[in-house]
Amino acid sequence: MNKPILSQERTKYLKKKKRRQQMIRFCQIAVLVIFIAQWEITARLGWIDSFILSQPSRIWQTFLNMAQNDLFMHMGVTVYETLVGFLLGAVFGTLLAIALWWSSFASKVSEPYLVVLNSLPKIALGPVIIVIVGAGTRAIIFMALAISLIVTVLEMLNGFRHTDNEYIRMAATFGANKGQIFTKVVFPYNISTLFNSLKINIGLSLVGVIAGEFLVSKAGLGYLIVYGGQVFKLDLVMASVIILSVVAAVMYEAVALLEKLVLNWYGH
Amino acid sequence: MDVLRVQNIEATYQAENGEITALDNISFVVEKGEFVSIVGPSGCGKSTLLSIIAGLLKPTAGEVFVNGEKIVGTSPHIGYMLQRDNLLDWRTIYRNVLFGLEVRKMLSPENRERAVQLLKTYGLYEFRDKYPAQLSGGMRQRVALIRTLAINPDILLLDEAFSALDYQTRLTVTDDVYRILKKEKVTTVMVTHDIPESISMGDKIMVLSARPGRVREILEVDFEDENRTPLSCRNNPKFRVYFDHIWKELSADE
Repeated sequence: MNKPILSQERTKYLKKKKRRQQMIRFCQIAVLVIFIAQWEITARLGWIDSFILSQPSRIWQTFLNMAQNDLFMHMGVTVYETLVGFLLGAVFGTLLAIALWWSSFASKVSEPYLVVLNSLPKIALGPVIIVIVGAGTRAIIFMALAISLIVTVLEMLNGFRHTDNEYIRMAATFGANKGQIFTKVVFPYNISTLFNSLKINIGLSLVGVIAGEFLVSKAGLGYLIVYGGQVFKLDLVMASVIILSVVAAVMYEAVALLEKLVLNWYGH
Repeated sequence: MDVLRVQNIEATYQAENGEITALDNISFVVEKGEFVSIVGPSGCGKSTLLSIIAGLLKPTAGEVFVNGEKIVGTSPHIGYMLQRDNLLDWRTIYRNVLFGLEVRKMLSPENRERAVQLLKTYGLYEFRDKYPAQLSGGMRQRVALIRTLAINPDILLLDEAFSALDYQTRLTVTDDVYRILKKEKVTTVMVTHDIPESISMGDKIMVLSARPGRVREILEVDFEDENRTPLSCRNNPKFRVYFDHIWKELSADE
């Protein structure tokens, strides 16, 4: 294939654009490197107290040490709890949203309750959840569910309600019943809404899980953070927080990738 | 024989601040293969009338018969085309065309074949795997028409079906649609507020008054032209005469 000949201005423009991209990436990396370097240096020089603020090299040591022991077990526990809470939240949240879309009467009735539940910090329900389902994995999953459920309901319901009315009218002219209108128009119309809410939810579920682990657990990254704090092993706290942020990013990216695949397949 | 018979239709709305009579004693008949334009000022209940014929809305009084059968709810004998094409972005053109058949559970091999034939005849077959966003406004409207014709309706209702298009596209699409409808021998009822459009397409024009909508006049249009098209009608000397007549009828309200 012949390459099309580009005008001088075009080449210049493309070059400038590329350079800008490279510059942004370079600065992003530089910020991180400088941050870590000055942290390490100031700690070594004794300007900051590495017992309290830790130090990159010590965090790295702790990490290597953890990796040889039970790091993956703790990570697995947290990821498992998050995924279960996330999936339950997504499924039940969507089902509830469908029910409320279906019956505008039920939706009007539940409106004030949803508003209150949405603004209530669900972590406050922690003790209640522990008393009801017991202090253990189930309480943690419930916490994740409690945090993500209402947001999913509201987000999905809002999306369903904002489906282009003309599409619904069009389906009605072909005699579509409510079920057909939902499966053939309203739901496919809201695929992006669904993924937006999933993206928010994976983060929220993780918040619920960490909060839950703070309260009751014997394993998981949240447990490591609390434990590290109690025995003043700040290296352990820092290492766990960094691992947690990586885990959060990976889970978010997984949802984003899934969205891409589904939208491709769905022909958006 | 008349395909569509509308008898003493009356429609009243219950609004927050009282009762509104949208349509008052509307009666007319449409013969097989005829094209009837309904023209009237905005808010005269034109669209309400179409919704009632389509079975989407229940009239307060009166009846609608299609092929002698009383209409209760939406009927597979009636195709209804709205102002916007409403093609579903996430479906290919082919699957958009099948939408009506799917909803009506009429996806037989013969019907699929019919849909494919329609796509072929009207130059859209090669676009069957494309998505609506990849088509021009005029083509999208044609796809919407084929989607409606795929269910093989006896009567087609057009609800200002061209007003969302820009003027130039509108003229060509109107021409296009008119030819398709005449070729497929579809009985059509079109609602519009555009007087030239109503004249250029209609065999009969029904003029409605402002709210509440009443039949002011039913006008027979004859251009003495066997092969009339919307464009040729616009150039016909009689066009002006019809236009002035309808214009006077509509202005008489004010």
